[in-house]
Amino acid sequence: MSGPSTYEPKTGVTRWLDSRMPIVRLGWDSFVDFPTPRNLNYWYTFGGILSVCLVIQIVTGIVLAMHYVPHVDMAFASVQRIDRDVNYGWLIRSIHAVGASMFFLAVYMHIFRGLYYGSYKAPRELLWILGVVIYLLMMAAAFMGYVLPWGQMSYWGAMVITNLFGALPVIGQPVVEWLWGGFSVGNETLNRFFSLHYLIPFLIAGVVGLHIWALHVPGNNNPTGISVKTKADTLPFHPYYTTKDGFGIVLFFIIFAFFVFYWPDALGHADNYIPADPLVTPSHIVPEWYLLPFYAILRAVPNTLGGVVLMFGAIGVLFILPWLDTSKVRSMRYRPLARWFFGFFVIACLGLGWAGAENPDYPVPGLGAIGVDFLLMGRVLTIYYFAYFLVILPVLGFVEKPKARPASIEAAVLEEAAARKGRASKAAQPAPAE
Amino acid sequence: MKTIHALLAAALGALALAAPAAAADRSPEPHQFSFDGPFGSYDRAAVQRGFQVYMEVCSACHGMEHMRFRHLGDRGGPFEEVPIGGEMVRFDNPNDNPVVMAIAAEYMIDGEPDEFGDVNERPRIPADPFPYPYDNVQQGRAANAGAYPPDLSVITKARYGGAEYIRSLMLGYDYEPPADLELRAGNYYNPYMYGSVIAMPPQLQDGLISYEDGTEATAEQMAEDVAHFFAWASDPHMESRKSMGLMVMIYLIILAGLLFATYRQVWSKIEH
Repeated sequence: MSGPSTYEPKTGVTRWLDSRMPIVRLGWDSFVDFPTPRNLNYWYTFGGILSVCLVIQIVTGIVLAMHYVPHVDMAFASVQRIDRDVNYGWLIRSIHAVGASMFFLAVYMHIFRGLYYGSYKAPRELLWILGVVIYLLMMAAAFMGYVLPWGQMSYWGAMVITNLFGALPVIGQPVVEWLWGGFSVGNETLNRFFSLHYLIPFLIAGVVGLHIWALHVPGNNNPTGISVKTKADTLPFHPYYTTKDGFGIVLFFIIFAFFVFYWPDALGHADNYIPADPLVTPSHIVPEWYLLPFYAILRAVPNTLGGVVLMFGAIGVLFILPWLDTSKVRSMRYRPLARWFFGFFVIACLGLGWAGAENPDYPVPGLGAIGVDFLLMGRVLTIYYFAYFLVILPVLGFVEKPKARPASIEAAVLEEAAARKGRASKAAQPAPAE
Repeated sequence: MKTIHALLAAALGALALAAPAAAADRSPEPHQFSFDGPFGSYDRAAVQRGFQVYMEVCSACHGMEHMRFRHLGDRGGPFEEVPIGGEMVRFDNPNDNPVVMAIAAEYMIDGEPDEFGDVNERPRIPADPFPYPYDNVQQGRAANAGAYPPDLSVITKARYGGAEYIRSLMLGYDYEPPADLELRAGNYYNPYMYGSVIAMPPQLQDGLISYEDGTEATAEQMAEDVAHFFAWASDPHMESRKSMGLMVMIYLIILAGLLFATYRQVWSKIEH
């Protein structure tokens, strides 16, 4: 923990406990008195939102597992039974399915936040890397979870993704058969995916513990990117950030509930309500929306192995990002060029998602006339995706002239507050004339 | 990000509606159903009529594997409340519902083995499934010139356009096929079908059945009713879902307001 512990056990029981296992002290120092920069904005509420998401997925998932049957002949029917006959089964399954999308929505906000404010830079490299590990585990869990209802997209999605490993030279086919547990996607595949889908969330929970540990040593980054210098730069986590995060979490719940209660199937695919049929290939096999950018990168390369390497490379590059960004300035608030490239990067990620959803041969609306189809769009954006990490960020550190930074977090806050007051008094000036 | 979400969802939707290059499929005809919108509910009479259309027409070829007769009497189901002695009576346990029991009893099923191990037919009870037209897929294919009629339990969720798609498809046989389209024997042109070619012959004609409630059975009426029935069968808890959603939304918005006030109060003395 950053700083000495301020916890003082007040009763006999807590004193007894504190000298044996200081768990109350740990909680106090981590979530009550933890010194937190005073200038965190709402982008910083997604960490709290994500831990809530993980708990929701685990709790609803455990209940669903009580009713789900991991067998190719019964899986689809057991999901129907959950929706129709299990008490509030429709609600629990809807929360779990929508929850997966919400989890990714929040994690993308969280990652983009980290990219913009330079939260991956020293001394938070390990914190960032642990975050990328969580993200990888989330993708594995989501992919396997989507296979469990054993609809058409489940089956064919599993087929496409597992077959990617077949592109590996020499060991490809044996690896694929090892993943399948047979010579095709079948009951063995479904069984192991169910087992792993139950395991991975607990691995995620473990890595989240490490992630929070690694956060609480250097403390939070903040929108200025300037390190905490004095006590005046911080506020205790409770009540200041418990209330702010609490408000953010409830706003997030409103969006979550909108989908659960009013549009539960919007984020899924209609084909997954058709039972899996190994003899009928769906006309378009597409992954869930949150994996679409990687699907576009996969398809951008004409060679399967090349596509697979690039797709995993798109995540792999995140692991070395702390050493690719050469700028000494953390926050892009003070990086006039980098913030533009970051903006394009966000657009590129969204564009890749769009390209992943569409048939690669279809023309891009508005650009079809000049011969741009979704394949070309995916390729251009894939190049930008990698260029951002491998060329732009390394070079910018040397060529960019950062703006002047405030002396401290406190100074930045007071400066902003003064500017706000200035604007307010200026806006208020014409009032007497009316 | 919500708009991005909507965009992505729209992109996915567009993808599904996008036709294969060969034939120009039509998007389902827009239609106002009573269950549309955040406060919409099923029209019980329409679901009952749709159930009659399914039983008398569709069920000859299409099964509904996941439906039990008791579902008809569940909360939100078409026979949740039934007239007894001129009064509408609600049955909390659909297995006790006389109308549901009577409907189930019209169909026979192989019973449980008796004390000699013999299996005898018995009338169905509400806990039994709807009768299925085929013993296996092969039989279904053989009976339909190779095309297996899909299960209709969750059909409105399994097709983009949902109930509107079902209604349009049932009424979509009157379009002139494009000149270059070669239809094999046993295939029909229907632009609402994916690929515009369908193996199901036209089904609904005016006066095909006579509705128990006396409604005139036009093709249009039957298509709407059967779409309504499939919408209910695919999403039987929609009404509970929407009414719970309203309560949850009201609760969350009030809670958000209180938390925002708390947050402002806590931070009121801090420049930030």
